[in-house]
Amino acid sequence: MLEIRHISAFYPFRIQVLEEISMIVKERQIVALLGRKGAGKTTTLKTASGLLSFEGGKVVGGSIKFKGEPILHLPPEEIIQKGMIQVLEGRQEFKHLTIEENLRVGTAVRRGKPYRKDLDMVYSYFPALLSRRKVLAGRCSAAELQMVVIGRAMMSHPELLLIDEPSLGLAPLLVGEIFRIVQRLNREQDKTIMLGGQNMNMALQIADYFYLLEEGRIVREGSAEPLRKDPNLSEPGLSGYPFNRV
Amino acid sequence: MRKFQFHPCGSFKETYQDELFLFKTDFGRLWVWISLILLFVVIPSSFGIQTLNLFSLMGIYAMAALGLNILTGFTGQLSLAHGSLFGIGAYTAAILGSRGGFPFFATIPLAAILAAAVGIILSFPAARLRNLYLCIITIGGQLIIEYVLLHWKGLTGGAEGIAITAGESGPLSVSQGTTFYLVVFIALATMIWVAANLMRTRFGRAFVAIRDNETAAEGMGIPIFRYKLLSFAISSFYAGFAGALFAYHAREISPGLFSMGMSMEFLAMIVVGGLGSIPGAVFGSIFIVFLNELLGVLARVFLETGAVTAMIPIREFFYGGFIVLFITVKPKGISTIWERTKSVFRHWPF
Repeated sequence: MLEIRHISAFYPFRIQVLEEISMIVKERQIVALLGRKGAGKTTTLKTASGLLSFEGGKVVGGSIKFKGEPILHLPPEEIIQKGMIQVLEGRQEFKHLTIEENLRVGTAVRRGKPYRKDLDMVYSYFPALLSRRKVLAGRCSAAELQMVVIGRAMMSHPELLLIDEPSLGLAPLLVGEIFRIVQRLNREQDKTIMLGGQNMNMALQIADYFYLLEEGRIVREGSAEPLRKDPNLSEPGLSGYPFNRV
Repeated sequence: MRKFQFHPCGSFKETYQDELFLFKTDFGRLWVWISLILLFVVIPSSFGIQTLNLFSLMGIYAMAALGLNILTGFTGQLSLAHGSLFGIGAYTAAILGSRGGFPFFATIPLAAILAAAVGIILSFPAARLRNLYLCIITIGGQLIIEYVLLHWKGLTGGAEGIAITAGESGPLSVSQGTTFYLVVFIALATMIWVAANLMRTRFGRAFVAIRDNETAAEGMGIPIFRYKLLSFAISSFYAGFAGALFAYHAREISPGLFSMGMSMEFLAMIVVGGLGSIPGAVFGSIFIVFLNELLGVLARVFLETGAVTAMIPIREFFYGGFIVLFITVKPKGISTIWERTKSVFRHWPF
């Protein structure tokens, strides 16, 4: 579904963040993009979703294809219309809009098409949002906001969801809940999902495939299945995990 | 018969359609009707022409402030060129009305459209910038327009300005007084209604999304540049419309009226009234016009006591001082007082 070939990315002043990245995300897969802070996970996702250029970044060489069509250098609006959207790191809510208005912003690219069934669908996955739908997002908890931003992305009818750091700043119980919902979206709604984050343990619990990034390069990739059964994989962080023995 | 609902408590909505109403309870609707009766029946029949003219000026400023609040308060784009766009509206109405012989009801929308067009031209560079850079570019726009108004003597009359004949529109004479007051407040009520509804559409949500988080808005597929252009255009339309009415109110206009000072005054109105609040723009304009009037009265008192030289700087001092004091005490503006008052009524008798 998503094919990234030999992509290098730079931020202003020629700061290189990605070096010759190549990866494939197959239909209905959950792919985990793992790595330490600064490894290039967020930049990879932003390169795919078209947001990198908005932040002054530049992609050099290579190609990105979504459903066989080249999408490199397309604006985010057109990429979303084609069926791929990114859930940004750190919630990024619109704090002066209510939860429901935040969700409706997700329909921006669908201009005037009915949205009520989609709202019902989002509330069925995140029932906690239903009773709080008229509350300003600026007054919501971190967990509620994480639900809002995932729900908001769902409102655009994506086929591929790029979710960046869904567990950032959440209590362990809530992290589990968010990951379970992501897995349900994959199974019940047939959504292909690419998860970026440092919470390797949780990501590998639901992922089919993983890529490990280090200093802007893919240093390892493979099926998530063998890692899931590894007893060494008990800590949520990456520090100390013997990746060289995977 | 429909049961009236005065408290939001127990006001359950069963469909999404129910939630689309502008007023959640009949209490809000009742207040609107009371306000409209006061505005269009009680006030015009109770006050003299001078007071009605003062109210008209408030209404005109409220319209312009509302436009600036859409751009600055809701979309987060700071503009210091609003005074000059107001001036473009005023000059267009004056030129079309006095020299072109256009009727009153034709000059007003034409002036608003021209101001919106100039606003769009100005927004092309401005919509690509943020924060201080945006502020500087709007100051540049203000200075360019001021220069044109002052130096294009053949069209604008230069520093001497233009005198405007009373607004004639067919058999109707829309000069100062009751008719003008009614025209201003019908226009203001319409513009408030349009703005309130605009903010509930996808355009309004996109404006607030851009203000709150530009990256996230772009990430949701909102074309930020186009929406900023739209916000500038709407804001300039409001300024142009208000400016055209101002021309008929002032009867004589000159470039000095539409200087940076006026842009700052509009900004003061929306900050004092409440950024990102529709009633806030109205409250802010009432506050600023009353403050000006109050200082005018004080100036006359001082003049009578002979303190002529001291009064001119003191007036400016008090004007600035009152605004600073108000923002210090109520940083979120008068609209927060309004919201609190409404919530007291909403929870009454508890």
